[in-house]
Amino acid sequence: METVLALLSGAMVAASLFLMLGRHLVRFIFGLVLASNAVNLVIFAAGRPGNPRPPLIPEGAQVPAGVVANSLPQALILTAIVIGFALLVFVFILFFKAHQELGTVNTEDMSDAEAIPAEAGAPEKVKP
Amino acid sequence: MSGLLAAPIIVPFAVAALSLPGGRRPHFQSAAALLGAAAHLALGAMLLQRVHHHGIAVLNVGNWPAPFGIALVADHLSALMVLVTGVVYGAVCLYSRAEIGADCLQRGYYPLLHILVGGISGAFLTGDLFNLYVWFEVMLMASFALLVLGRTRAQLAGGLTYVVINLISTLLFLAALGLIYAMTGTLNMAHLHLKLRATADLGQVAAVSVLFLTAFGIKAGLFPLFFWLPASYHTPPVAVSAIFSGLLTKVGVYALIRTFTLLFPLDGSGLQNLVLAAAALTMVTGVLGAAAHSEVRRILSFHIISQVGYMVLGLGLLTPLALAGAVFYLLHHIVVKANLFLISGLTRQWGGSFALAELGGLYRTRWFGALLFFIPAFSLAGFPPLSGFWAKMILIRASLDAGHFVLAGVAALVGLLTVYSMTKIWNEAFWKPKAAATPPPADGLSRVSAWMLAPVAALAALTVLIGLAPEQLFQMARLAAEELLDPSAYVHSVLGSVR
Repeated sequence: METVLALLSGAMVAASLFLMLGRHLVRFIFGLVLASNAVNLVIFAAGRPGNPRPPLIPEGAQVPAGVVANSLPQALILTAIVIGFALLVFVFILFFKAHQELGTVNTEDMSDAEAIPAEAGAPEKVKP
Repeated sequence: MSGLLAAPIIVPFAVAALSLPGGRRPHFQSAAALLGAAAHLALGAMLLQRVHHHGIAVLNVGNWPAPFGIALVADHLSALMVLVTGVVYGAVCLYSRAEIGADCLQRGYYPLLHILVGGISGAFLTGDLFNLYVWFEVMLMASFALLVLGRTRAQLAGGLTYVVINLISTLLFLAALGLIYAMTGTLNMAHLHLKLRATADLGQVAAVSVLFLTAFGIKAGLFPLFFWLPASYHTPPVAVSAIFSGLLTKVGVYALIRTFTLLFPLDGSGLQNLVLAAAALTMVTGVLGAAAHSEVRRILSFHIISQVGYMVLGLGLLTPLALAGAVFYLLHHIVVKANLFLISGLTRQWGGSFALAELGGLYRTRWFGALLFFIPAFSLAGFPPLSGFWAKMILIRASLDAGHFVLAGVAALVGLLTVYSMTKIWNEAFWKPKAAATPPPADGLSRVSAWMLAPVAALAALTVLIGLAPEQLFQMARLAAEELLDPSAYVHSVLGSVR
């Protein structure tokens, strides 16, 4: 189970890197979505999945009987998903706004902030 | 009693909620902000007082005992950081009253500012790694929105870089979190300290620690991960870039210091040389980048990077003196850097531009303003008797003591180059005659209200005060360094307080 999850999240990270290295904003977003889900899978795998016993404490007892499933990773992932979702929504809107304002989806052309105004007497070369 | 720990987090959020409906009532919003900032500052001072006299303070949120619940922990470092956050918070709230326009106010400038400060305070106070992630996100979300609030082209393009690289850093942090949880089964930092010390699998620990180093290195602006910073920090309103420059990268530095003393002690981990090399390169590239630019806020942005190098140098050396120097540097730098950004706003009001070529002659007309610039600028460069002199002296002394003569030389040289950039701004903006060709500032632009002057003067006074009487602050920094180097008190306070 953990091996499969490890391979899967590895493949997802590889795919997301491939997407993010492209210069197209939309591809970049998909890469980001994929990467955040890959990380969630890592956390899921971290909780030793595969144990089917629910983490319930029998009536009258203080601790669960025997080894039970770990529910904490689910809580962590839920938090991460909610936060990640909010961030992604913001990124989508920001990308859309940037596309509207700057008129391009090519990340190479979006260097308005880094371009040095020529009339300021600065060196012509734009810093990387 | 221990509610004091949660208060610096609760107050900014409460003020944010209060000022959320007041978008069209700027006076109400600004009054609420000033009250909130004053309360935050007072709480920070009380917290430091408490930590100083009664030792490390711990609050188990919801009475869940550590390591099961989330613990808030304040040692000297955390308390000092919260206090200095309050200082910058207050200064920026004062400055915002005059600078921030009605359109930004309507888009929720003040609530975002409060949420940002709440997130920063949370990051400084939490004792739980996953909780640190959540505070980082709170902080980032607010900073994203603040950065692009004006919706100009430069802000959108700069914001894009900033948002994307910070999201990637966050993902690295989250992955590292998952892996460390898989290894140890805990996320409480004090508990992690014990568990990681007992782990046999050093390879795994090293891999995860590098993930943390990269994630926090991006946030701190460490070489070679800093390129997002000078691409974005000069675009938002001055008040926003002041609080960013003062506090955001420093949260990254704080996280680096915390993780690499408590979780993965640097000595003997093999990472020490890497951290030292990164620190030296950060100092040098930052200061060279600053030398190449000719716009006030870009120069200052690159100086943030070179200064972060000094702090990480202190962390990398890991002697008590070096770590105390890093903490001292951190505190001095936050005050000075935020002030310099605020002053860049003043020079813009007076001279009509951020570009050095268009500025000039300000010394003739604004000698008081020139003095206000002179103090933080030459403190940053390390002139005695200003605060930066002591900060640099402690670190250079510590590197000499540790036998790292090259690093001491680099630190001294970078200080010299900082003088060069600061002199450049001084010469161009204040000293040289104003170029006749530049148009006079637009109507009302040259008017600087007392709301803008007061925080600048207060921060400059604080810089002089630290410079003239560094002993008090150095003692605090030394105590913080001792706690960091010997985390047994920290661990005992968190885990021993289980009742």
